[in-house]
This record gives sequence, structure tokens and C-alpha cells, in this order.
Amino acid sequence: MTTGSAIAARGLRKSYGDKTVLDGIDLTVPDGTVFSLLGPNGAGKTTAVKILSTLISADAGDLRIGGQDPATDARAVRAAIGVTGQFSAVDGLITGEENMLLMADLHHLSKKEGRRVAAGLLERFDLTEAAKKPAATYSGGMKRRLDIAMTLVGSPRIIFLDEPTTGLDPRARHDMWQIIRELVTGGVTVFLTTQYLEEADQLADRIAVLNGGKIVAEGTAGELKRIVPGGHVRLRFSDPAAYRSATAALSDAVRDDAALALQIPGDGSQRDLRVLLDRLDAAGIEADELTVRTPDLDDVFFALTGPAATVPHQPKEALR
Amino acid sequence: MSTLSLAVRDSSTMLRRNLLHARRYPSLTLNLLLTPIMLLLLFVYVFGDVMSAGLGGRADRSAYIAYLVPGLLLMTIGSATVGTAVSVSTDMSEGIIARFRTMAIHRGSVLVGHVVGSVVQSVAGVVLVGAVAVAIGFRSTDATALEWLAAFGLLVLFALALTWIAVGMGLVSPNAEAASNNAMPMILLPLLSSAFVPVDAMPGWFRPVAEYQPFTPAIETLRGLLLGTEIGHNGWLALAWCAGLVVLGHLWSARTFDRDPR
Repeated sequence: MTTGSAIAARGLRKSYGDKTVLDGIDLTVPDGTVFSLLGPNGAGKTTAVKILSTLISADAGDLRIGGQDPATDARAVRAAIGVTGQFSAVDGLITGEENMLLMADLHHLSKKEGRRVAAGLLERFDLTEAAKKPAATYSGGMKRRLDIAMTLVGSPRIIFLDEPTTGLDPRARHDMWQIIRELVTGGVTVFLTTQYLEEADQLADRIAVLNGGKIVAEGTAGELKRIVPGGHVRLRFSDPAAYRSATAALSDAVRDDAALALQIPGDGSQRDLRVLLDRLDAAGIEADELTVRTPDLDDVFFALTGPAATVPHQPKEALR
Repeated sequence: MSTLSLAVRDSSTMLRRNLLHARRYPSLTLNLLLTPIMLLLLFVYVFGDVMSAGLGGRADRSAYIAYLVPGLLLMTIGSATVGTAVSVSTDMSEGIIARFRTMAIHRGSVLVGHVVGSVVQSVAGVVLVGAVAVAIGFRSTDATALEWLAAFGLLVLFALALTWIAVGMGLVSPNAEAASNNAMPMILLPLLSSAFVPVDAMPGWFRPVAEYQPFTPAIETLRGLLLGTEIGHNGWLALAWCAGLVVLGHLWSARTFDRDPR
């Protein structure tokens, strides 16, 4: 096991009856980084979080969370972690403030300290106004913010966020991203599951793609994108004559005669683009439209997960 | 912090949470108190004279009040524990329980909070039903302070025993409806006990049903303490039932709660 890792798992297995949910996964999350577990619904993300956060036990595997083994010292692990589950872990029957004070009591803060911490976090997550209302009346975004605020009462070093933005509107989602970034700035390790590729791309230092209970790829967003081919520059013409002369000049291009378009393979770098533009200039070709397309995590996701792995994915064009 | 003081502190935090729920949403508990109060009024004012005559006295409903009240006080506890099963089952489906399970708190505190909170509510219910009983004419005859104390102790112990069983029922029930169904015996058993008529007045084949269950000995004991009737071996039987149910309910609940949640 690596030292300096907040989370280390080797050969993690879990099955329910004859259904294998996690089929031997290995994970290492260095201290103070954001790790994202990405996968389609039913891939085993939530099960992984439940095991890592001591909610359920693994069938097999070697685990260290904050240097402690949950199988032998779950209590020490629990003291180091905070968990915000997929379904908000707030008590809907009592107010936001009472939820916060409940957490303060369970972390054995003094009355005064508890009130101070609760008020501070409610303020930080913009919940002061709603503090006296029952949590059940909160909007989805507010519940999620209260959820995280409650998790932070104990100042955990490692935070598990299970699909923290699922079901949130775009503004609430961006608020949540900002919150997660602030956590990391404070030195907290974040383990994040998501089915949104953009979220992993935005937040995570490292990403693992989970599919069918196995990690099918792991790396930085950039590394993952390099796994799948498909980067190219696309030139589109409106004049058939210009298209014909361009095809003659660019023999390495893939032709799309119907659209009068050419695709030139490339990695989308500035150097690559300059070489191409020089060639176009030299041949006196002027395209009506030029788009650069780099593979995104969507491509990685579709290439690696689910039945879609065999179906060619129609990429979105990125206009530059 | 030592294990014991941690357990006490976390349990009292959980108790505060449960009492806060009960105070905010008292309708469940109050609804459950309606059954014993309705039965009390029904049996006193509608059937009272007939029952009293049938039990070998004059047709005098005020005499039947004395016979009826101890049983209904214990039935109040049974009724309240249905609420316990429902609220435990509902609570377990909430995300906050998953949060508690991942926190470094005393693990049993979640259950202890429920149990103590429910016992407090049961006893409050008993006081309320008792007040109604006194209002319609129930009086204890020659009960000493010690007997009152013993009666109160029996009620608390009985509430504790049924509550632990109800918590187990709530934990194994997937939802509130199932919990309410599973806890049905808590309301049915007192109907099949010596609460309304003496066991002797039942047909022979039925008597074992009334005799071999916790309500009858507890009722007879309470009757003896408040009204001076013969307690006999019922005192020990009641204590044994309570102790047995506490141990059984506690083991069952703790084991169910410690299992991995789905």
C-alpha cells in the first residue's frame, strides 16, 4: 500500500447473491486530490462508495482509508471521513439549523462551539435565511448544500460525494462545483462519483471509469481522451470547384463528397494547425468553415462502457 | 472519551432528535392513543352495566371502570409501540441513518434514542389515558405510595419490553405499512387478555391464549397494585415476561441494525 494516499484499495470485491457488483477493483487516491469514479447507472459506483465509507463491508480486498483498515478499525476510518450520499442524508423533519446542531452534538463539540460552527457553515452555504425551516421544504440544491454543510461539521480529511449534482439544475450544479473546488483548496481529499463526464473533466485530478464492476480505464482527463482516436480538422466548402482542388492538394484527407467536406487527422495542437494552414495557403485553398475536433470524455465513456462500446459514436463538433 | 460516556452522550443526542420529531409531529402518537380512549369510553358507558352484572356484581358501570382501567393502561403502551415500529421503519429509510452509520458515534445510540424516546411517549400516553380514566371516575383503592411506585415501575418496564420488540419489528419492515401490520399483535394481544373479562370467564380451550402472553400477568399485577386484588405468581410472571422481551428485542434489534444495509 502506498503511503501518502488517502484511499487505497486492492482487489475490492462485492456481490449480492450471484450478482457480482464489484469484480476486483484497485484504486489509489493521493492526499489532497480529487478522484472521480465515472460510470453508467448500475456500474457499481454507489456500492464502491458504500464500502469505502464503511457503510457496508467488502467480500474481499485490502483497504486503507486515511491509513486505517475499515475491516479492523472502522471507527478510526469514520473519524477521518465525511459522506454525502446520493439521496440526501438530512433529517427532513427538523430544521436546517437543528440538523447542523445535531451534527455538532454527534461530533462532541461544546454548545458554544457547535453554534459557532453551525452558523458559520450555514452562512457559507447560503442557508442562513432558510435555517429555521424544516429541511423537507428545501429545494434539491439547498438540500445538497445542507448535506455538504453537515458533512463538514466534523472537518473530515476525506470526503465522499456520491453523485453530488444528480438532479440539480445547472446553476445549483455550478454552485456545487465551486464548493468542491473550495474543499480541495482547503487540503481535503475528495472521492467523487458521477455520471456526468463534464463534471469529472472539470473537477477531477484523476478519473477511473467503472463498468460492469471493473475499472476499465484510469488516468487524468487528458490521458483518457488520448485512449480514443478521432481528433481531426474538418474543412467545409460551398464551392464544388474549391472542394475538388482541395481534395487534390490534401491527399491524406478523408473525403465527404456529399457535404463537400474534408477531414484531416490531427491532435488539434497549435503546431498541427499551423502546418495545415500553411499547406492550405501554399495550395491557395480557402475553406468556408474550419472546425477542430478533439475527443472528449463522452467519446471515452461511450468507447469504454456499456453496449454502446460497439456502436460508432457520432461526435459533437467543437467550433473553434 | 470512554466508551460509556460516549454511549450516554450520543444516545442522549439521538433521544433529543426523536423527542423533537415527536413534538413536531405528534399526530401519529395521538392517533394511536385514540384506540384505548375510545375502548375505555365504549366499555364503560355502553357495555359497563352489562359487563359489571356479567362479572357477578350489580349492574354498576362504575364498578367495571376499576376492572377495566389497568388493562387499558397497558393496552395504551401496546398501541403506542405500533407508532414506534412505524417511526423506526420510516427513519431507517432516511438518508440520515446512512450518515449516522458512517460517523464515529456509538453505534447503538440510534436504537437507544428510539427506545428511550418511545418509552417516554408511551408513559406520557399512559398518563393521558389515566387522566381520562380518573375523570370518568376511576379511583385506586388503598394503594400505598410504594404500590404506586411499583405500578409506575411496572408500566415503564412493560413499555421498555414492548418497545424493544417494536424496534425490531420496525427494523425488519421494509416500509411504514409493513411495520404497522407487523406490530398488530401489540394491539391484538391485550384484546385477548384479561383486560376486559377475567380469564375464568373464557371458554376452556381459549384460556391458554389469554394466559400464556405478557399482557395478562402484567394486567393482573397492575390490578393488584392499584386495587388490592390478589397478585399471586403474576408479579414474577410479569417481570419474567418483561425481562425476556427486553433481552430478546434488544438482541434482535442490535443484530438487525448491525447487518449491512441494502
